[in-house]
Formats: sequence, structure tokens, C-alpha cells
Amino acid sequence: MSAGDIETTAVEARVETPFQRFWSEFRESTIALIALIVLALIVLLAVLAPWITPQDPYDLAQVDVLDGKLPPGSEAFTGYTMWLGSDGAGRDLYSAILYGLRISLMVGMASGVLALIIGTAIGLVAAYAGGRTETLIMRAVDIQLSFPAVLIALMLVAILGRGIDKIIIALVAAQWAYYARTVRGTALVESAKEYIEAARCLGLSHTRVVFRHVLPNCMAPLIVIGTVQTASAIALESTLSFLGVGLRQTEPSLGVLISNGFEYMMSGRYWISFFPGLALLVTIVSINLVGDQLRDVLNPRLKR
Amino acid sequence: MTVFIIRRLLQAIVVVFLMSLIVFFGVNVIGDPVDMLINPEADQAEIERTIRALGLDKPIHEQYLFFLKGVASGDFGKSFIFGEPALKLILHHMPATIELALVSLVMAIVLGIPLGLYAGLFPDQRISRAIMAGSILGFSLPTFWVGLMMIMLFAVYLGWLPSTGRGDMAEFLGIRSSLWTRDGLSHLFMPALNLALTNISLVIRLTRAGVREAMHQDYIKFARAKGLTTRRVVGVHLMKNILIPIVTVLGLEFGNLLAFSVVTETIFAWPGMGKLLIDSLLQLDRPVVVAYLMIIVLFFVIINLVVDILYSVLDPRVRLRDQGT
Amino acid sequence: MTVLSVEGLQTHFFTRAGVVKAVDGVDFAIERGKVMGLVGESGSGKSVTGFSIIGLVDPPGRVVGGSIRFQGEELIGASDRRMRELRGSKVAMIFQDPMMTLNPVLRIDTQMIEAILAHRDVPKREAWAQARDGLAQVGIPSPEERLRAYPHQLSGGMRQRVAIAIAFLNNPDLIVADEPTTALDVTIQAQIIHVAQMLCRARGAALIWITHDLAVVAGLADRISVMYAGRVVEAGPTDDVIDHPRHPYTVGLLGSVPSANRRGEKLTQIPGMTPNMLDLPPGCAFRERCPRASDACLTVPQITAAEAGHPIRCHHPHGAAVPA
Repeated sequence: MSAGDIETTAVEARVETPFQRFWSEFRESTIALIALIVLALIVLLAVLAPWITPQDPYDLAQVDVLDGKLPPGSEAFTGYTMWLGSDGAGRDLYSAILYGLRISLMVGMASGVLALIIGTAIGLVAAYAGGRTETLIMRAVDIQLSFPAVLIALMLVAILGRGIDKIIIALVAAQWAYYARTVRGTALVESAKEYIEAARCLGLSHTRVVFRHVLPNCMAPLIVIGTVQTASAIALESTLSFLGVGLRQTEPSLGVLISNGFEYMMSGRYWISFFPGLALLVTIVSINLVGDQLRDVLNPRLKR
Repeated sequence: MTVFIIRRLLQAIVVVFLMSLIVFFGVNVIGDPVDMLINPEADQAEIERTIRALGLDKPIHEQYLFFLKGVASGDFGKSFIFGEPALKLILHHMPATIELALVSLVMAIVLGIPLGLYAGLFPDQRISRAIMAGSILGFSLPTFWVGLMMIMLFAVYLGWLPSTGRGDMAEFLGIRSSLWTRDGLSHLFMPALNLALTNISLVIRLTRAGVREAMHQDYIKFARAKGLTTRRVVGVHLMKNILIPIVTVLGLEFGNLLAFSVVTETIFAWPGMGKLLIDSLLQLDRPVVVAYLMIIVLFFVIINLVVDILYSVLDPRVRLRDQGT
Repeated sequence: MTVLSVEGLQTHFFTRAGVVKAVDGVDFAIERGKVMGLVGESGSGKSVTGFSIIGLVDPPGRVVGGSIRFQGEELIGASDRRMRELRGSKVAMIFQDPMMTLNPVLRIDTQMIEAILAHRDVPKREAWAQARDGLAQVGIPSPEERLRAYPHQLSGGMRQRVAIAIAFLNNPDLIVADEPTTALDVTIQAQIIHVAQMLCRARGAALIWITHDLAVVAGLADRISVMYAGRVVEAGPTDDVIDHPRHPYTVGLLGSVPSANRRGEKLTQIPGMTPNMLDLPPGCAFRERCPRASDACLTVPQITAAEAGHPIRCHHPHGAAVPA
């Protein structure tokens, strides 16, 4: 049988594209599907925030201190209803949450993508350099993974200080090792396979082998880890911000909002912390649920 | 066995050394040491005096040696805020943190193992499903938010428990702790539970997975075929097999508990070293921050070492493999 | 004296894919001091029969019918407490894979002593001494030292000896051995069979030896019961069954065993595959692989006694093949 024959049979056998198959398997879990829809909705709300909120909570002209600390459902001074109440400075919480979501998601995704790129690069270097370089990198990965992410992030925050850029650096530093370990593992497995050997014998360059053959095979685990790590980046950022060592008041992520509401909680004004927290919670849980299902669908070892 | 311990010990020393390098270069090269290590309210003469005292006018490798010498003798400099040696401050706050971490470790075991056992032995029961769903939530929920909700519910609305502080302490068996007084316990309960939440979920999942796996093993069926009581089959044959991974993981988690106590202590104003770290970070009290980081690194390395050794003692298969080599 | 009699035993597994009738009508009886070989291929229900006797069928499996009388006492429907009392004291079991049957994290002495203390109120020292003697009886050298060992320090054959020693600790009246030699080397197999046979004779215990290997039971068993798809299809005295097999399945099984006195003859094999227990064909389950199959086989054959003490379940017990 010639190579051509194999190709034709393969095409005939596969009626649906890989993506269609992936999608039909993903849909099998109703919970994951709901989580995905919720997540899409959250992202949409965050992106559209400036157009769908009654006020820009950071435009001083639109915020009135007289509206401060109003319980959910109150009528604002300027006329609209604050369904989720207002915070200490008189900002409409619904608006503040959507704006906060923008920042939280942005920080989470930015650090997720950066950690993915850096971790992948380091993992590939380890797999291909071999020898002492590999030992050194993998030792660093092991050591790093033996410390909790929150500690590493705190350490970097202590060195670098506060602010969006610094938090992203801290989150990347806390998370690159997960990607590096995975990519190295997959790359080692892949490069041991015969087709890579064959590609090498054909005289294909290292770069070509890496980008055409090894990286595509790392995609599945990377997507899964990327999802879960992005969720934990968002949680970590909000934790740091809540502690007051993360983002500044001028960069009000959900964590900052929750932190601001903390002082009012003792006097029974729960909503200032509660609703931003709920938004954070729904975001993290839905990303994790989607990630869980991705792992089940993409992990070939779990397939029967 | 001895060779194994010595090898692990050397590894641990290397890690501590590396971390000191990172903390040092973080503070002195990436950050501005004058800015970080000197009280921002100091005048020009004092700044120069401190620069000389800290050896900041010397070349970088000499500075590092100077720093190492300080660390080795436990001298991290004086706190700007309290005027006391940083190490002394941290040691003063340490018992509260260790108390909190230990109590939540115990909570994780006492709550997690029975729940996980139940979910593993009766996987189809509705209660088991509820337990597992709860454990997923325990993993996903950010600790600080759960802490806030606990305060809201138990302190503000129900008024059952105090929201902040450590409460009364008493001395018993030479240990001063809030465990020995009613007031202390009521203060301890919420923060400890909050800190334990992730670990309770973890123990539930580990126990359940272990039970599910072990129940189908022949040695469990053989134990039942011997006519042993269910109590002995589960309590000895099953538990002894699944406890090994749980103990290992929990041991490693103790370090995480110390690290995460930063969050819990801040929420509940628990006067431990985690709260001290955040206060120091906010007040730019750098010597305390550096001292905290070095000590927590040391903690982690020691915990990893102890768990490794414990693991090899607990599991006869590991122990003997090591004797063989 | 009959130690155990099983009648019409039915053990079904209620899986999500459907009901698997793993055991669906098994009858046999075994006398004191005798050995019965329960033979069948994997999936024939022979192991499930064994577990049904000691009451250790795990969900989703359940004994749904029939009777198991042990020394006159009905075991089906007996309380959990009563079953636990019997297990390990009156009825013992030896498992297939000695690598898996001993708990890897408990020492041999712990695992032996607990088996004694679960049934008898003796001092621990006494139990220890009995455990030591038990090991010595199954031919384990320096038993005191072995008692302190962990299972992984012993070889497979040694572990199976320990398992046998545990089974005999409380002087049981019945031992169910579930393929105890399958996982072992051939030379070790012979030793293990010898030890088990010797102990049974010495103690007068009845032994049910479950195996897929006719050659193993040929030299060991007094009677043989052959199982196929959850049913006993033929049973009788060992020599009778081996020399004059009546059921086509037994004939097929014997034909596929290489034998010294049939050297040079072609080995026959049973055509087709083990039936899917979820979807058994109606009528005789062996029909589709059977050279004698006829329209009569579309109904389930009843048990008939070809001659005294040699019941079989077949429409064509005398080789009356009807061409299709």
C-alpha cells in the first residue's frame, strides 16, 4: 500500500474534522458547556463594560459621594437604579465590577500567555540542550515547584513593589515552571519517536522539527495547563491585591474592590465585598470547569 | 539509608544557598538597596552612615558575603518600625502562625479522612456526591473570599464567633497557646478552618481515590476472606496503604499552610508572622521582609527533607529499596 | 459426609450495560476430604462461583437464586455476621495472584496472627506460635525469620505458600482455591499443588480447585465439574470425565490439551470465541461453537444423567451430530 492510499483511506474514514470531534466530545458534559457559556458571557461583559454600564466608576464627574454605601436596589442620585448597591466612594458596584473584571481578566490572561511562552521556550531548551543545561533547568523547575506560587509571588512583590506590570512579572515567575516541565516531558517523548528521527535524517533543521512536529504535540497539555493556570493567576492576583500588595487603587481589579469593601463588612454592608467576590468566584470556577473538561477531552491517556 | 539522608541534606543546603542568592540579588541588584534597606525617613548623614555600615560601597560579591555572614549569625538588621532585630520580631510572631497551621492540619485530617473514606466506600450515595462537589469548591474558591464570607456569616450576622485577634492564652505543659482557653479556641476556630479548607478538599480527594483503588485490590478481598471485621479491614489493611500518600502530601502541605497563613492571618488579624510580613511590606520595613523570606525558605527546605525521610521510613518498599543500593 | 452442596446457584451482575448472568444454574456437592476441580475458561463464572460460596461477591454482583448449604447450613441469606464468622475459620480461600493477595505494608506475622485472632480467643504468643508452625507445614524454611518479613521480600511461590498457610490456620472444613497456580512457574506449580493436596488430606478438608487447566486437576481432583457460560455443563468422577467426556465442550477442551500419550496427533481447537456474557445467544450457549449443534439446541438443555454420577447438560450427549 502506497502512502497515497493511506491518505485517501484516512480522509474517508474521518468524516468530521478534529475540531468537530473535539467539540462533540466537549459538549458531552452539560456542566462544562454551561461553564463555557458563562465564561463567554463574563468575557463579553468585561469587554463591553464601557458601553453597558450606567456609569464610568473612575470618571470623577460621574461619581457622587452622596451615593456612597447604598444597599442593593437603591436609586442613585443621578437617577438610575444601583442593583448591586454602591461602594464607599459612591461608585455603582455593577459598573465597578465589570471594570474590575476587565483588569482581572487582562492580568490573568497576560501572565498566562507570557508564562506559557517563556515556560515553553525554557522547556524546549531543556529537552534539546540535554546534559548539564537540562539538569540545571530541571533542578530549578523542581525547586520552584516545591514552593507554593503565593510565596514566590510575595517574594517578587517584595522585591519589585506594586503595580500591574510588576504583578504580571510576579505571576509569570510563579507559573512558568509548570509549562516548562510539561513541554520538556512531551518534547522528550516526541523526539524519541521514529518520525522525528526520520525528519532529522531527511535533513530538516532543528527549528523546523521543533515547530512542525514537537510543538503541535505539546499543544493539548499546554492548553489544559494554560486554562487552569490562568484561573489560578486571576485568583493569585486578587489575593495579592486583597492583601494590599498587588494592584494599586488606580488599577481596581476585583481583588482591590473586595479589599475596599472589607472595612465595611463589619458594619453589615456586605455587598461591597460580596458581589465583586461572587464575580471573581464565578469566573474562577467556570474557567476551572472548562479546564477539567478540556483535560478529559484532550488527554489521550484517559480515552478508552 | 544514611547515604540517602546525607545526599538529601546536601541538596537542601544547596537550595537554601541558592535562595539566599536570589533574595540578596533581588534586594540589592534588581531593587535599589538604599531605597529598600534604609529607613525612608532617614536624613542624608544617616543614609551614608548606613551605606557604609551595610557595606553598600563595596563590590557586589563582598556585599553578598557580608549578607551571608549576617544571615548565618541570624542578623537581618533592625526593623525600621519596631527598632528591634528583624529575626527576633519574626520569632516572636512565629508561635501564633505555627499554632494556626498545626490546628488546620489537624482539621484537614480529622475532617478530610472520614469524609473521603465515606465518599470512597459508598461512592453512589447522595452524601458522597455532595462531599465531592464540596471538595471541588474547596479547591476553586479563593481562600480570602471564603474567609470574608465566614466573618460575614459567623461574626457579623450570627455573632457566634469573634472575627479578629487571637483571644486569651494560657500555659499548659509549658506551651503558651490559645488552645487552652475557651476564648482562645473561639478565636482560633474560624481562621484555622479557613486555612484548612484547601487541605480538607485535598485530603478528601486523596482518601477517596486511595479507597476506590484499594477496594479492588486482592489484598483487601483476601483480608475479608480471612473473616476479619470490616473495622479491621478498613482501619488497618486499607488505611495503612492509603495513609502513606496522604501523610506525604500533608507533610508537604504544611509549608503551604505557613505560606498561605499570610492571607488568613491578614483577614482575621491573627498576630502571626504572615500578618507581620504583610504589615512590613505595606510599611516598607525591608529587613523584616528579607528575614521572613529567608526563614520561610528554610522552613520549606526542612519540611521537604523531613517528609522525604519520613516517607522512606513509613513505606517498607521504599525503605528496603534504599538499603539495597 | 457432604461438606458443601450447591444447587441452582445464580449470581448476576447488574451493570449499566445490562445484566451479566455470570453464574446461572450451578449444582455440585463435595464430600469431606475430597478434591473437586471446577474447570472452565475465563469468563465461565468459575471464580464468581467461588466468591459466591464465601459470600464475597462485590457490587454490582449479587447472588439472586439457588442454595448453598455448608454442613447443612444455608449460606444464602445468612447474616453478614455469620458469614464473617465462617470466612477464614470454616471456609477459607486462596487467591490467584500471590503477588497481590498479601497486604504490601503489613508484615507476614501481622497478617497471620490477625487471621487467628479474628476467630479464636487465644493469647497473642500462642497465635504467633501457630503462625510459625503453619509456615513450617507449607514447607517454608526458617519460618520465624519469614514471619518478620514484608511480602515483597518473598518470591511468588513463597507468598502463595504463605497464603495457603493462612487458609489452613483455623483448620477449615472447606477450601476454595481460585487458580492458585496460574501465576506461578511450572515447577513451583507442582510444589504448591502438592502442599495443598497434602494438607487437605491430613486435615480432612474439602478442596474446590478452580482452574482453566484440565491437566492440573486431572492428577489432583476426585471429581470434575466443567463450566461454560455460567452453567455446569458436565460433571463426574475425574477419570470418567477425562476418559469418556460426553459434552462437546469437554471434548473440545480435552482435545486442545497436549498429551504425552497422543504424541503426533493433531491438537484440535474449539472454534469461535468465548461468548459475550452480556448478550448470550438463546438456547445452549455453546451452540455456535459446537460441532453437534442442531435445531434442538435452540432450547436450553436440561441436566441429564448420562450414567450415575455423571450429569451433563447437552441435547446430543452421545456425539449424535446432526448435519446442518
